[in-house]
Amino acid sequence: MGLKIEDITYTYESGTAMSVNALNHITTEIPDGQFIGLIGHTGSGKSTFVQMLNGLLKASSGHIYYNGEDIDGDGYDKKALRANVGLVFQYPENQLFEADVLTDVEFGPKNLGLNESARKARAEKALNLVGLSEKYWKASPFDLSGGQKRRAAIAGVLAMEPKILILDEPTAGLDPRGRDEILGLVRDMKNQLDMTILLVSHSMEDVAEYVDRILVMNAGQIMLDGTPREVFSHVSELEAVGLAAPQMTYIMRDLAAAGLPVRTDCLTVEEAAAEILSHRDAIPAAEKGGSHA
Amino acid sequence: MLKDVTLGQYYQTDSWMHRLDPRVKLLGTLSYIIILFVVNSVPGYLVCGAFLLVCVLLSRVPFGYILRGLKTIMVLLLITVLFNLFLTPGEPLVSFWKFTITKEGLTFSIKMAVRLIFLIIASTLMTLTTSPNQLTDALESVLGPLKKLHVPVHEISMMMSIALRFIPILMEETDKIMKAQMARGADFDSGNLINKIKAMVPLLVPLFISAFRRANDLAMAMEARCYHGGEGRTKMKPLVYRKGDVGAYGVLCAFLAACIVIRVMGV
Ligand SMILES: Nc1ncnc2c1ncn2[C@@H]1O[C@H](COP(=O)(O)OP(=O)(O)OP(=O)(O)O)[C@@H](O)[C@H]1O
Ligand SMILES: [Mg+2]
Repeated sequence: MGLKIEDITYTYESGTAMSVNALNHITTEIPDGQFIGLIGHTGSGKSTFVQMLNGLLKASSGHIYYNGEDIDGDGYDKKALRANVGLVFQYPENQLFEADVLTDVEFGPKNLGLNESARKARAEKALNLVGLSEKYWKASPFDLSGGQKRRAAIAGVLAMEPKILILDEPTAGLDPRGRDEILGLVRDMKNQLDMTILLVSHSMEDVAEYVDRILVMNAGQIMLDGTPREVFSHVSELEAVGLAAPQMTYIMRDLAAAGLPVRTDCLTVEEAAAEILSHRDAIPAAEKGGSHA
Repeated sequence: MLKDVTLGQYYQTDSWMHRLDPRVKLLGTLSYIIILFVVNSVPGYLVCGAFLLVCVLLSRVPFGYILRGLKTIMVLLLITVLFNLFLTPGEPLVSFWKFTITKEGLTFSIKMAVRLIFLIIASTLMTLTTSPNQLTDALESVLGPLKKLHVPVHEISMMMSIALRFIPILMEETDKIMKAQMARGADFDSGNLINKIKAMVPLLVPLFISAFRRANDLAMAMEARCYHGGEGRTKMKPLVYRKGDVGAYGVLCAFLAACIVIRVMGV
């Protein structure tokens, strides 16, 4: 069933001169099992939007339904919702507080009321999933490197075994290697755990390869919604709101403009290479020779 | 809950009150608070209230926003009023069980409540309309003469402005960490007192860590820009009185004089 979002609006500091309309009438659906990328320029309302999905912020107007039930309804169990919809915040390492990593990861399961052995089992499973090896489990979370801290924090949410996992810019502030590791991790989790994943990012490259569907946010609204191919075919609209399509899209577009009849909706380097090679015959013989010289 | 703390925050907008020289606002607030304890009759309080109302209107800060600040000190206010109400000796008015409300107690506690409410509104209004930077400049300039007595005026005002500046930052940080822990199932609202205090640990540890980190970063950034205290330091925007400010001083003096006259005449 998943999440259903109906006409959501959110205003920060409403009623003062600083009031900000962060979300404007958003309607969409997050069905079970999808891997969704949520992209948008800084300040477009991504973080605000994801905080509504597990009831941390209450919509100024509109409704959100989880498995058909209104999450703002009377007597709705928010704690159960948060166990089902796991949210990893931007810079999640700022939430670490326990004396050692394992105990910190156990915090979530403990709040769910699990007994000691069950929460230990969950914590160990989560730490293994994020690839944090056993020698760090008893270390202080503050002694870990940035990337390791982030893994520990993600494990803290994973240990609650949510059905839907939302990651708010999990790669912010990491080096390229750390970024690839975290993204690889997210993809593996998707394959292994059969979760619904919502990955927030402002980099197209991050999401293009992995996700089934992309939501593009701009100024508190959903501007585009579709498969990566569909979304990246709207290059000029994306550019108008300060985003960009993946590099490959541009190369293929320029090649097409130069007369090579290639498809322009390639997303990854491999795909683009195969596409270009399949048009080898279209390149005039003289130019072929020239390029070899 | 956290959003209710308006004392010490700056409300950004453009108004006559915002543009007023910060020294006028600082001295004005100070003398207003003193005069609140000088007047002690109904007409006196009416004049004080009217003056405050005009200031609030001139500031263009929504009234509800200022009142929200009062909510947080309601408890303190109630305790003060209750103590005065029951513990002032005098002519009994009502009495039940062991408590007696006296006529003196009633008038005194009403006065106290009015004074405290006006005092808080006035000081809230000052910080709402004066940015921390301006406030520091004003403080430094007003306390300037003390430098001759080797009082570290600049350092004191710098510390004050940093403290003020950090209030909203720390509140934002608290909000973020609270949400992050709530996403992990933490519960800050229910349970008995002991549980509530225990629930603060996951909030306070990260908060302190981040506060220390910020303090450290700030110290480093200040040193990197060769900050060395007040000695020989000039200002980018030195405070200069303009015509309106002089006028404001005039109005302030007239108001203070009126209050003193009311007190002396015993109206
Ligand atoms: N606590 C807050 N108080 C007031 N305004 C806020 C608050 N948090 C966010 N905003 C405003 O709401 C809008 C949306 O912010 P949001 O954090 O959702 O953006 P974002 O898309 O996550 O940006 P980023 O990519 O920088 O994380 C922005 O204009 C921001 O200034
Ligand atoms: Mg964000």
